[in-house]
Amino acid sequence: MTAAPALSVEGLCVEFRTRSGIVRALDDVSFSVGKGETIALVGESGSGKSVTAYAVMGILDPAGRVTGGRAMLGGLDLLSATSSQIAEVRGRDIAMIFQNPRTALNPIRPVGRQIADVLIRHGNVPRREAPAQSVEMLRAVGITDPARRAKAYPFEMSGGMCQRVMIAIALAAKPSLLIADEPTTGLDVTTQAVIMDLVNDLASQMGMATIFITHDLALAGQRSGRIVVMHAGHVVENAQTAELFANPRHPYTAELIAANPDSAASLDELASIPGSLPDLRRADLPPCRYSERCPRKLDTCARPLPPPVPGADHIVACWNPMPAAAPVAPTLGAPMANAS
Amino acid sequence: MTVLLDVAEFSKLFPVGRVPGAWARLKRRYSGGPEKLPKVHAVDNVSFVIDEGETVGLVGESGCGKSTLVRALTRLIDASEGSVKLGPRELSLTPARQFAGDPDRARIQMVFQDAGESVNPRFSAFEAIADPLRRLRKLRGKALKDRVETVASQCGLPLQLLTRFPHQLSGGQRARVGIARAIAVEPDLLVLDEPTAALDVSVQVVILQLLQRLKKELGMSYLFVSHDLSVVRLLCDRVLVMYLGKIVESGPAMEVFENPLHPYTQALVAAVPRMHESGSTHLRLIGEPRSPIDPDPNVCRFYGRCPRGEDRCKTEMPALRRFRAHHVACHFAEGFLPKPKPAS
Repeated sequence: MTAAPALSVEGLCVEFRTRSGIVRALDDVSFSVGKGETIALVGESGSGKSVTAYAVMGILDPAGRVTGGRAMLGGLDLLSATSSQIAEVRGRDIAMIFQNPRTALNPIRPVGRQIADVLIRHGNVPRREAPAQSVEMLRAVGITDPARRAKAYPFEMSGGMCQRVMIAIALAAKPSLLIADEPTTGLDVTTQAVIMDLVNDLASQMGMATIFITHDLALAGQRSGRIVVMHAGHVVENAQTAELFANPRHPYTAELIAANPDSAASLDELASIPGSLPDLRRADLPPCRYSERCPRKLDTCARPLPPPVPGADHIVACWNPMPAAAPVAPTLGAPMANAS
Repeated sequence: MTVLLDVAEFSKLFPVGRVPGAWARLKRRYSGGPEKLPKVHAVDNVSFVIDEGETVGLVGESGCGKSTLVRALTRLIDASEGSVKLGPRELSLTPARQFAGDPDRARIQMVFQDAGESVNPRFSAFEAIADPLRRLRKLRGKALKDRVETVASQCGLPLQLLTRFPHQLSGGQRARVGIARAIAVEPDLLVLDEPTAALDVSVQVVILQLLQRLKKELGMSYLFVSHDLSVVRLLCDRVLVMYLGKIVESGPAMEVFENPLHPYTQALVAAVPRMHESGSTHLRLIGEPRSPIDPDPNVCRFYGRCPRGEDRCKTEMPALRRFRAHHVACHFAEGFLPKPKPAS
């Protein structure tokens, strides 16, 4: 991406104070997303994908604290901005689609009104026109009978429909950065395809940057130009999508690819990832938080992680990365030949 | 193979809309008018069988009637019409209310979608697994404890976790509790409603392999409800594709996913994200599903969304027809049959 990044996150660290100790949820997380670009944050649950998004949006749990780093949106550092500065930006410039639409929507307000709220507050829409426009938004996200549904409450709708409402709310003010936290987890594949098409289309039309958080590597591969793989609060690998699949350098990425049901012909062939995420409350966390699960562990792994090569397009945080195959020319948008 | 579960011409309708008031009902009774409430045809005339030891996948989008079908098969709700036979016994004669205490209750068990929400939060893992054993097997004391521990270790749940409550367990461990609870009473048919939907890929693999091992060890049949086709492809022998209350295609899983003959299945298969393809190269389903409220019996349910959709589809509901190993309900299925490959 030659254009100035829409959002650039540098060295983000987040801690949570809990009764049983301090959880170092994020440690030195850096990535950036350009205008019109779609990147995916991929990792297991507990890897810090959502916390990254919450920190950027300024909606961390009160127990959480940003202990370092910057998140630059335009000229504004979101991490040090005042709450009134953030309130101006949130909803208008950055919008978020949450993981669980049922808990994210207001349960005692009709969905049409909830969309209208955003339109009035952030979308420069006159109060009188807002209801009609919110019906249009519902139609745009593919809800049948939008005029009737606008009067419905979230509990009257299916999970898929609630998610569409969430998306309508997020896109209402035409933000420049959309953070989609597992937007299609509860949806069917056909709906997922349509919703992702919708998000992708809008992103390219409006030059909207999208950060797409998912645990589904296949979906991330299909929908994003760049993938940032996270593990236990670290960014372990960051590369163009085609390059990442053809040439995964971090052992964790390679295991994630092998564990995807799409990559196997039978169930026995599927590899599972041994071990589980380390306890982030431990004082003696190794510098590489994957090292205790890693099949390629060396003695050097006890040293601090290697600093990223400046200007490198394919960043890997590992002392003993997988051998590099021939580099793949970035084929953004063009379908790759299926390897199988 | 012997047939375990035989579902024939099964329908479930739900009345919708305003229930008429007492006066309107009284008036209608005396004027002799027909009782006409609009009805949602959640499951409409569905027939299929599950053999012993077979894994059948049930796929379809939300709102297609998967859950209604599954809830009726597990006897949580009553059918409107049709029969459900478990072995020689006709289950639809017993009202769902009475079935809870029925000796055959133990033969059909269910694993719910998200064990975090379907396991009683005030029950420890032990209690959750013990509950069906107490109620259905009348086990007490030492026998109960032994059985719970056997099942837990069968499901790979460490015994020291049995005293924990659901919120103290990880997603994978909760899924194991949900499975252990269902297989504790040794069912013949296990209905799995998206058991891995809430799990990470790394855990999903382990749970799927656990399910496959349990099936081999215990000789159960599975009805596996999922919308993750890549999982269904790996686990299931046969697959049923539902659309708006009807089965539109059925057949061996590999066959259906490699050569889908119904346009809906084709769209479904094409919508599965694949790692090595980028962009939206798939078929999109445009338009909206037809209303399930009193649908016209002569119009194909997929008409309006179908990329093919011709005049014939508006006037004649396609019946399930046999093509090689598939059953397909489409007038134009012949056209989708693969052409014989030239020898090369």
